[in-house]
Amino acid sequence: MILPWLILIPFIGGLLCWQAERFGNTLPRWIALLSMVLLFGLSLWLWTTGDFSRAPVPGADPVWAHEFKVLWIERFGITIHLAMDGLSVLMIVLTGLLGVLSVLCSWNEIQNRVGFFHLNLLWILGGVVGVFLAIDLFLFFFFWEMMLVPMYFLIALWGHSGSKGNTRINAATKFFIYTQASGLIMLIAILGLVFVNYSSTGVITFNYADLLKTKMSEGTEYILMLGFFIAFAVKFPVVPFHSWLPDAHAQAPTAGSVDLAGILLKTAAYGLLRFALPLFPHASAEFATIAMYLGVFAIIYGALLSFAQTDIKRLIAYSSVSHMGFVLIAIYSGSQIALQGAVVQMIAHGLSASALFILSGQLYERLHTRDMREMGGIWGRLPYLPAISLFFAAAALGLPGTGNFVGEFLILIGAFKAFPWFTIVAATGLVFGSVYSLIMIHRAYFGPTKSDDALRGMNAREMFMVLGLAVLLILLGVYPQPILDTSAATMHGVQQWLGAALPQLASGSL
Amino acid sequence: MAFNSGSVPLSLNSHRAVCNMEFTTQHLLALLPLLVVCATIVVVMLAIAWRRNHSQTFVLSGLGLNLALLSLIPAVKATPLAVTSLLLVDNFANFYIGLILVATLACVTLVHAYMGDDKVGFPGNRDELYLLILLAAAGGIVLVCAQHLAGLFIGLELLSVPVYGMVAYAFFNKRSLEAGIKYMVLSAAGSAFLLFGMALLYADAGTLSFAGIGAKLAATGAQSAMAQLGLGMMLVGLAFKLSLVPFHLWTPDVYEGAPAPVAAFLATASKVAVFVVMVRLFLLSPAANEGLLTTVLSVIAVASILVGNLLALLQNNLKRLLGYSSIAHFGYLLIAVIAGHGLAVEAVGVYLATYVLTSLGAFGVITLMSTPYSGRDADALYEYRGLFWRRPYLTAVLTVMMLSLAGIPLTSGFIGKFYVIMVGVQSHQWWLLAAMVLGSAIGVFYYLRVMVTLFLVEPNLHRHDAPFNWGQRTGGLMLVAVALLAFFLGVYPQPLLELVQHSTMALIH
Repeated sequence: MILPWLILIPFIGGLLCWQAERFGNTLPRWIALLSMVLLFGLSLWLWTTGDFSRAPVPGADPVWAHEFKVLWIERFGITIHLAMDGLSVLMIVLTGLLGVLSVLCSWNEIQNRVGFFHLNLLWILGGVVGVFLAIDLFLFFFFWEMMLVPMYFLIALWGHSGSKGNTRINAATKFFIYTQASGLIMLIAILGLVFVNYSSTGVITFNYADLLKTKMSEGTEYILMLGFFIAFAVKFPVVPFHSWLPDAHAQAPTAGSVDLAGILLKTAAYGLLRFALPLFPHASAEFATIAMYLGVFAIIYGALLSFAQTDIKRLIAYSSVSHMGFVLIAIYSGSQIALQGAVVQMIAHGLSASALFILSGQLYERLHTRDMREMGGIWGRLPYLPAISLFFAAAALGLPGTGNFVGEFLILIGAFKAFPWFTIVAATGLVFGSVYSLIMIHRAYFGPTKSDDALRGMNAREMFMVLGLAVLLILLGVYPQPILDTSAATMHGVQQWLGAALPQLASGSL
Repeated sequence: MAFNSGSVPLSLNSHRAVCNMEFTTQHLLALLPLLVVCATIVVVMLAIAWRRNHSQTFVLSGLGLNLALLSLIPAVKATPLAVTSLLLVDNFANFYIGLILVATLACVTLVHAYMGDDKVGFPGNRDELYLLILLAAAGGIVLVCAQHLAGLFIGLELLSVPVYGMVAYAFFNKRSLEAGIKYMVLSAAGSAFLLFGMALLYADAGTLSFAGIGAKLAATGAQSAMAQLGLGMMLVGLAFKLSLVPFHLWTPDVYEGAPAPVAAFLATASKVAVFVVMVRLFLLSPAANEGLLTTVLSVIAVASILVGNLLALLQNNLKRLLGYSSIAHFGYLLIAVIAGHGLAVEAVGVYLATYVLTSLGAFGVITLMSTPYSGRDADALYEYRGLFWRRPYLTAVLTVMMLSLAGIPLTSGFIGKFYVIMVGVQSHQWWLLAAMVLGSAIGVFYYLRVMVTLFLVEPNLHRHDAPFNWGQRTGGLMLVAVALLAFFLGVYPQPLLELVQHSTMALIH
């Protein structure tokens, strides 16, 4: 019974925030903070109490650490079926944590229509939690599409006006259209899968466990897999489908960027791990080489474009493309170590990218610009913030001792065996990573100053957010074992699905 | 699940053979909704003759429509039943009768708000509009029951002719008059096509009943050129009324020129009735649903989806935008008709129901924004800028409607779209689905544009505003109910699905 509350808390909290606006601007903030803390606490409690050795594996009915099921639309056998295993609990803990942070980081930034802002913010998070929990494909799609609307509002209404005619509304619309159109393709693929299953069993169902057993021809499987992949590739984002991301990030308010980079991108990786691979193992194995190309290309391309940016938020956005490229490689490598690395990388990137966005938000509050050409020499004008930025930049480039290093290391070592050349090329991404991270620090904080006025120092709230993230990132870097233990069973299952199909193909192709 | 092409005409014929002889109470019961509406028309007419009173006319019309809705309950028990050889009242028809009555009722409440009170509002005679709406509703009811080409034509004309008057009701306004004349000319042209098609079909099949035509066409195997031509021309005639591309040219002008509540009627009740009769014709005459005609329908569907959405893209007039979007929506619906089997009829039902709900909401907001009538409707997009900060609930309604039109989850529009995609996948209409995905992606752009306009910063511009007490008016209450229903059906569609599922069974068996 606890699982639906994970979804309901943000939704109810959001409605309360909206109505609380009539009592001033502070109350909605506190309500939002409270519901996010509640969500975070609840997810932590589920993490500590759950038995995460229970996870779906091939050849048997999936088992879960927590499960909830109630009939919804009888006509098509659609159920509200929520389930939690090691992967989803980690993602939800991350969601809860970043939820708290995104409420905190908007505390001063958002000054108008506060209630409505928090309604949207909380509904995004509710939708994301729904995506992480739903294992009825209809329900999954339902949440997948649903979270677009509040995100759209967040960017369109509270975003920053961009430069060069890049308005926030255009950015938001672009984001919406990309994800909505690709989502429809996924819906068609879902329905295709359902009808393939229907033609052999005579039962219309959207249930994950039943659809896992679907027998289909190779061609059908490949096409359906592509339908899923396109939807996830847009959110991921994989390079040809990425162009919404920098715009959306640059134009979004800080909380929006934190949510986008921290968790929305992760829903795509989660979708691949949960649905695309287990449902279509053979097609995924066949597709693995292409996915590798895409991943490697994203790593290099993202890093190069990141280097070329002058807008600090766009820079971080492109670095996300690069980092998520590693996750893509890991997912299709078929190695348990790499898959575990992907989980760590997802969490580490969630933390470090959020921190960088929060920091650039704080910088924006002081300087009113995101253009690095307007910055320079801030190190001397502002205590702490540049140093903390340096730490997170170092984390982003994969410095040992941070979670990012663990993630990237595991991914590269795991993928090397099956795909050595891809891994070698991907590893150069680390070099490019240091280049763009350091150039960001250099341009923003060092060099000649534009002005000598001292800037307002960081207050306790701002300090707490970024230092907390730094501590977590170091913890993840030196002792990732709890994370690895939690996700082990799930990743083992995914590995078996893909691994069983991979060898016969890999021996031929590489 | 598939339609059995052989058994349908047979069972219908046997119905007629049994029931054709005399008029029993059962027949009257089955026809009760239509009879109640007709009685209401007479009563309203006499009442107007006796005393012109806006409120009185409204109350009488509303009462009559509610009674007609109630009379559906005994009617459902008496059906399926063929009442004369022209009309077949089955569950399929009953469902759409209900839909038309609800839409008409909603339009009537909107009209009441729109006309204003004694001090301000519509300057001309107000009462006749109710009369015309009721007449058109009666035509719609006849149309959804039609099982005979003559029934079809009677219904269609009974529906269309009052609508000419309704569109041009604000005749002292140039645009309204122009729209009325435009609609009349094009509609008459459509009717001419329809009649010619019927004649050709009759020449070929020798019968006017849908089932008879179907049986004849199925019996002869390959369709003759004449039958194909006949069906094609009928399609042209119906496509005019449904404003499918390339017969859509009248739509934006008429939607823009017509008074807002009339546009709501045009978009909902009128289109539903015509579409339903088309479904019945094309599904009951199975031979009509194959060969060249399917290709033609597919081309029309793709063209409607793409052209409708593309033309709506940069519209700054909300009524025109909705007009173009309705072209696209009927393009989506055609996918279900082309699929023709499996869940198709059900999908049509669900989609039409959700579309009616959504259109009522959208036009309802426009109506309330233009209330009371003051020469020009509030249909320019800039008049809606920042509406949220002035009228949060009205904006919430319009937002839900835009999301529903775009087919986003949590709204009923999503369920309709889901159904159509489902049917498309089931019958492997990949090209049509590709057009639908493309169309939706384009559509999202302009729905979002409208939506975000509502929330933008308020300019210092107050030409039109909904009256502050709009929520207390019947129209306002109706709108809130529609919005809540759209939300509820988006979250828990099971009741609607059961209703529709039930209403299609009767057609199949």
